[in-house]
Amino acid sequence: MLDCMPEGPVEHTIGKINPAKTCQPIGAMYAALGIHNCLPHSHGSQGCCAYHRMHLARHFRDQVLASSSSFTEGASVFGGAANLKTAIRNIFEIYNPEIIAVHTTCLSETIGDDLPTIIKQSEIPEGKRVIHTNTPSYQGSHITGFSNMVRSMISYLAEATEPVKKEQVNILPGFVNPGDMREIKRILQEFGIPGIMLPDTTNVLDAPLTNRYSLYPEGGTTIAQIADTGNSKQTIALGSWASDAAGAMLLDKCKVPCVPLRTPIGLKATDDLIMTLHEKFSCEVPGSLAVERGQVVDTLIDTHFHYQGKKVVIFGDPDIVIPLTEFVLTMGMIPKYVLTGTPGARFETEIKHMLGEYQVEGSIVKAEGDLFQLHQWIKEEPVDLLIGTTYGKYIARAEDIPLVRVGFPILDRAVHPLMPIVGYRGCLRLIEMISNTLLDRRDRDVSDEDYELVM
Amino acid sequence: MEITGSIPSGGVCTPCLDERQNSVVTTGKTKTRIHCADDSLAGAVSQRACVYSGARVVLNPITDAAHLVHGPVGCASYTWDIRGSLSSGSGMYRNSFSTDLHERDIIFGGEKRLAACIDEIVRRYHPPAVFVYATCVVGIIGDDIIRVCREASERHGIDVIPVESSGFISGNKIIGYRAAAHALIRLITPKEGEVIPKTRRVNLLGEYNLGGEKWLIERYLREIGVEMNVACTGDSTVAALKQIPGGYLNLVQCTGSMHYVAKLLEEQYGTPSVDVNFFGAYNTAESLRAIARLYDEPGMTERAERLIERETTRIEPEIRYYRQKLEGKRAAIYVGGAFKALAIIRQLRELGVDIVFCGTQTGKQEDYEQIHGMLKPGSVIVDDANPAEIERFLVEKRVDIMAGGVKERVLAHKLGVGFVDHNHDRKECLAGYDGAVTFAREVFFTCCSPVWDSLRRQPDWEVADGT
Repeated sequence: MLDCMPEGPVEHTIGKINPAKTCQPIGAMYAALGIHNCLPHSHGSQGCCAYHRMHLARHFRDQVLASSSSFTEGASVFGGAANLKTAIRNIFEIYNPEIIAVHTTCLSETIGDDLPTIIKQSEIPEGKRVIHTNTPSYQGSHITGFSNMVRSMISYLAEATEPVKKEQVNILPGFVNPGDMREIKRILQEFGIPGIMLPDTTNVLDAPLTNRYSLYPEGGTTIAQIADTGNSKQTIALGSWASDAAGAMLLDKCKVPCVPLRTPIGLKATDDLIMTLHEKFSCEVPGSLAVERGQVVDTLIDTHFHYQGKKVVIFGDPDIVIPLTEFVLTMGMIPKYVLTGTPGARFETEIKHMLGEYQVEGSIVKAEGDLFQLHQWIKEEPVDLLIGTTYGKYIARAEDIPLVRVGFPILDRAVHPLMPIVGYRGCLRLIEMISNTLLDRRDRDVSDEDYELVM
Repeated sequence: MEITGSIPSGGVCTPCLDERQNSVVTTGKTKTRIHCADDSLAGAVSQRACVYSGARVVLNPITDAAHLVHGPVGCASYTWDIRGSLSSGSGMYRNSFSTDLHERDIIFGGEKRLAACIDEIVRRYHPPAVFVYATCVVGIIGDDIIRVCREASERHGIDVIPVESSGFISGNKIIGYRAAAHALIRLITPKEGEVIPKTRRVNLLGEYNLGGEKWLIERYLREIGVEMNVACTGDSTVAALKQIPGGYLNLVQCTGSMHYVAKLLEEQYGTPSVDVNFFGAYNTAESLRAIARLYDEPGMTERAERLIERETTRIEPEIRYYRQKLEGKRAAIYVGGAFKALAIIRQLRELGVDIVFCGTQTGKQEDYEQIHGMLKPGSVIVDDANPAEIERFLVEKRVDIMAGGVKERVLAHKLGVGFVDHNHDRKECLAGYDGAVTFAREVFFTCCSPVWDSLRRQPDWEVADGT
């Protein structure tokens, strides 16, 4: 791996080398796991389903169940309708979920299976639900798939049934870890605002190990809750790539207004979430949150000399990378290369705007990039720190640059899905990770006379 | 505190579909033969994968080749360096190349894009060969990857080899192994007029060097006087693989993936083959003896016996120590191929562990008959088990330890069952005598870890509602 980077600048214009994204269906599967008593279903070949389950299981270190239409050559020629109908019957018979969330694959999309019709023709037991979303793997990324599935949950299940909207908020958390969702729910609790999180993978993929194992964990948004999102007076969509589409659908279908915000990573994005809750629900900001914020500011001031002026690479999913870039700018670091594998030109616009605000020049920002390009840039001008997924570890080793693991997937470390990077507590955790990583590096590299007890 | 599963025994929710009845047998009870070539049922939470997956794992360890996945990005992303095949040289195979097909390619065809990607890779990296894997969608849109590869091969003067591995062809990895076999044969077939001279060296087929096993086996063979030609495909290079026809003998280790290759090699080059298995002390000894017999060289059998004697004596105290700790524990095995299952059964038996449940994703009829013969009466054998079945038997059979892959690990842990990785996630060498000790230690660690006490001894408190 290490010796495989060609010398000097090389043109790379087509295909992906060491991709920084994956395909839509896995995002849809992850979103569907955040529905209570739901079995995600992959309408395609078995391999897709196996790969997604394995990848998610490696990141979350938890059981991921999903079924597959198990396409064969026949299904691929004659269409997958029969497979899906059989699958729906079998799933309700054996696994007995309350709801099946079907997503497509490149195979079933290319064949042109008409899912709404197939689902209508399927035998669905009384009281059970089947929803679907289209996730052609050749468009967008895993984030697009997540967004599509959440939007479908709304379009299938949300209902405006009450004459007056309820004093409750819909939180669309986006593609984040259950630890992050838990932290956002805690912030709501501190405010005392009732809320519905959709999807909600807490107690699904961070579920405690007890003496009782169940096929469907306790967590997940219930169908009743999803229906009730239509009665909420406000939606907050966190992360525009993953959540805006569902927010817009709620407005469109149920007339619930939506405030799109950045994923609350870093001081400013968290402030925005707190202020929005404060304004929209006319309630005071809890003292406990003010204390937490004060702790972040205190810590930033106490530690800024550990990281200020350091050049950093940030790569991963746009909804994570954008606020994270904003945060490292507030920390005084220099985002030298900022990259996402997900397509979308506005990623570049947003990041460049932020860099402009902080008068950072000479950075490279790229949407729909890959880690080969990133490696090339780093070879031309190195950086002090990488922040991104596990896939950064090859560059980290080749170039001897420390890596702070943030985002999806992280396959070589544990505990991270339970620990938030959002909210003020998330700020503290990020500062700790970044600061410690740089200090560990310094301790490793300095000569004996510069080896300090107090830093 | 007893661990309970999610499925009520005898309740409304039966974990086994009627159609699956023939895929589960109990030793000593069931008369019928197991059904194992069946396709997975639509709607099953199968642990099985696809043709591409099978082909990829066989070819991926070819270290200096570029492995280009022709399809949307996912198939390349999920397989990027997930098999820890170790390399002593190039790291080329640890990069992930994808043609990253977009919607317009699906509509207008992906051939031009594929050709451009091959050109870029060859210009940049100058690999000795490029493998081009077809994925599901490529099979549907009808890209002629054979032609694109042939033309690229002529353009660049290197091997550009198509792997016909569209996922939907089958849910059975065996078909993928076959696609890989055809690609391998294509790679190693000598050019016209070229002759690969016969040697006295052996080829080791079906060894992927996940934990350095290839290197260990090479050392044993050298000690008894046999040189390894090439392993197929662990820690191999394109140039080394092209010497396969010069092998004197093919040792076939992973029977699932390589029997077919061995058969083709015998037909084309007259190379005989023998099944070997270097997992566990017993298997290692038997394999070394079999090789020595086939070579029929003076002194080789004696050298093999000396090695076996020395190593057996060396590891005996450690194995005895672990056996004392593990005697009577109950094990479940669920792995991809029957080769692996058989190897684990033998090793666990050497440690005094009872195997009460055994299943594979891709086992064949004769494999299951062999497994059947090795288990005590009352054990359960399942083909293509789904998690509900695995869960049911882990609970019903009061399993202490499970051997399997990544998807089984989390399930086992949830049920309070120890787990040992005998799959591609493992990092340790499990072959030979040292591997036997490592395996015993891993089984002991997970079976007898103090962490299970934390699960069993919960504080006796009243818990308020809330999550």
